Amino acid sequence: MATSLNDMMQTVPQWSDYIRILPEIVLSLFGMAVMMLDAVMDESKSQKALGAVALIGAFGAIGATLYQAQYPFGYGFWEMVRVDAFSIFFHFIVAAVTAVVILASFEYMEVQRIRAGEYYGLILFGAVGMSLMSSAVELVLIFIALEISSIATYILAGFRRRSATSSESSLKYFLLGSFATAFFLYGVALMFGATGSTSIFAISRSLESGNISLLAYAGLAFMFVGLGFKVAAAPFHVWTPDVYEGAPSPVVAFMSTAPKAAVFAVLLRVIFEINSPVPTRMWLIWIVAALSMTIGNIAALVQNNVKRLLAYSSIAHAGYILVAFAALPSSGIPAAMFYTAAYAAMNVGAFAVISHFGGEGERYVTMEDYAGLGKRSPLLAVTLTIFLLSLIGIPATGGFFAKFYVFSAALQANLVGLVIIGVLNSAIGAYYYLRIIVAMYMHEPKQEAPVAPIPMGAGLALAISVVVTIYLGVIPGRVLNYAQQSVSELTPVGQVVSLQAPHAVEARMATNVKKALAH
Amino acid sequence: MPDNYFARYLPLLIHLVIVGIVACGMVLLSWLIGWRRPTRAKMAPYECGMAPIGDARERFSVKFYLVAMLFILFDVEAVFLYPWAIILRDLKMFGFWEMIVYIDIVLVGFFYIWKKGVLDWGEASMKRGGF
Repeated sequence: MATSLNDMMQTVPQWSDYIRILPEIVLSLFGMAVMMLDAVMDESKSQKALGAVALIGAFGAIGATLYQAQYPFGYGFWEMVRVDAFSIFFHFIVAAVTAVVILASFEYMEVQRIRAGEYYGLILFGAVGMSLMSSAVELVLIFIALEISSIATYILAGFRRRSATSSESSLKYFLLGSFATAFFLYGVALMFGATGSTSIFAISRSLESGNISLLAYAGLAFMFVGLGFKVAAAPFHVWTPDVYEGAPSPVVAFMSTAPKAAVFAVLLRVIFEINSPVPTRMWLIWIVAALSMTIGNIAALVQNNVKRLLAYSSIAHAGYILVAFAALPSSGIPAAMFYTAAYAAMNVGAFAVISHFGGEGERYVTMEDYAGLGKRSPLLAVTLTIFLLSLIGIPATGGFFAKFYVFSAALQANLVGLVIIGVLNSAIGAYYYLRIIVAMYMHEPKQEAPVAPIPMGAGLALAISVVVTIYLGVIPGRVLNYAQQSVSELTPVGQVVSLQAPHAVEARMATNVKKALAH
Repeated sequence: MPDNYFARYLPLLIHLVIVGIVACGMVLLSWLIGWRRPTRAKMAPYECGMAPIGDARERFSVKFYLVAMLFILFDVEAVFLYPWAIILRDLKMFGFWEMIVYIDIVLVGFFYIWKKGVLDWGEASMKRGGF
């Protein structure tokens, strides 16, 4: 463990250090290449070429991640990043989502007449931040990665320059997002004050030695607020519907999955590393999970705009994932990871359909526009139906196993109340997803919204999403097994994870708070 | 002189009083003795420069914002050079090459804004429909 600046200077980064950040290097280089090409190429013709370069970059990142998986796991850059099965899992999600979103963007940019090559560059830069977030184990580096990813998404949200809702979306996201990152940073500062370190492992060790100050609790709570905002968990969710409604659909596909996956990775690291000494997490997460599921699902019931509906649904899904956080590490970590992967596949797919169907200026986004889609474009309707069924959690789709693992993990931890709330919510959720399906197949359209033929890029994006969604629903074993490897990586070595009933945790928490207050 | 806490600040208080008297006296004297022949130019808040009062919703070029933003960006980027320069001797060659990489990335950004015509203020660039 490098402790001081002097120690750090004695060691020069080795080749292995650079391999530990290989996907980030690849993404950055391609992002810069897109920027420079965009500057020299003719604006009216550069779109396809720049998209292709970005696509190669995204596939390059997938390749780099696979290479990392072959390379021995370990730390890089003075224990600031850590490559292990956990980070590779999330790197893969981020890179794959990036590739699919770029594929879906080709058509969208042309239809909306957006001639800005920066778009592809920003997606790659955002992906750099998200990848780094999932491998960083040092809070300041996590903060920087969070900012890299956030700033890129702030700009991307405002890419429909001529649309007022898009500018509104970008501005709201920027203002509230910066506020939330400030919370996170404040939490990091308090944690540093309480433990004297910003390395997650050092913090964990320091807290394990007993004697937890109130400052550490406050630090963890502040960090949770900042990260909770980024994953759109209630009560930090208020921005979500407005931002998702205004932002370009492929961008929503991107920012409702990839940054969320990365932030969930950070949350997993932070919460399960700093797990044992701070049992408050149970209580804190219990409330946030229950609130997110309930608010998200109930608000989605009354939405008529499909983008807004999916925005509320994404709040609800953040709640389901958080249920796994309240569970025990051994079953909660793989459940949360599997859910993130399944959610990424189905949500990217659903938004890819919306972005194709929306037409110029995203005109066709209401429930009425979707009426009768089953007759006019059976293929598109079937694809959307698969994603919606997966979002409900119907068997043979990824969403089913995702919910199944999460709820069974919660049951193992005796969180019966939370599971009941979750299952009730899934039932409520089924109603509004089915509303779209019913509209597509059983309603007669008042005014037919035109359906353009699906071009190759968007078709490929949809095909990948469908295959992954069904793959996760039929053969979930391999992905789940891979996720299970990270359990031992996240829980500190030698630490026995004991099964605790919630009431015991609550009792411990109460004494801890009393001690802290007396202190 | 009494030696308590506030007494030590007595000179400061006397100073403030004298400052007040002198300042008021100057204004008062010039008001009593001075000539007054106001003209339009004399009454303006600034004798040169733009009029400080007007409609706030006036349009002005987006370039002002761009230049301000770029200034902040490059300023902050340049600030990183100072701490680096101080510990360069300890960082040895590794630190040197890392900074080269960093500056190259900054240069990519510079190249981008240059080619995009952000630094171009001429009439020609306006006609081309740049920024």
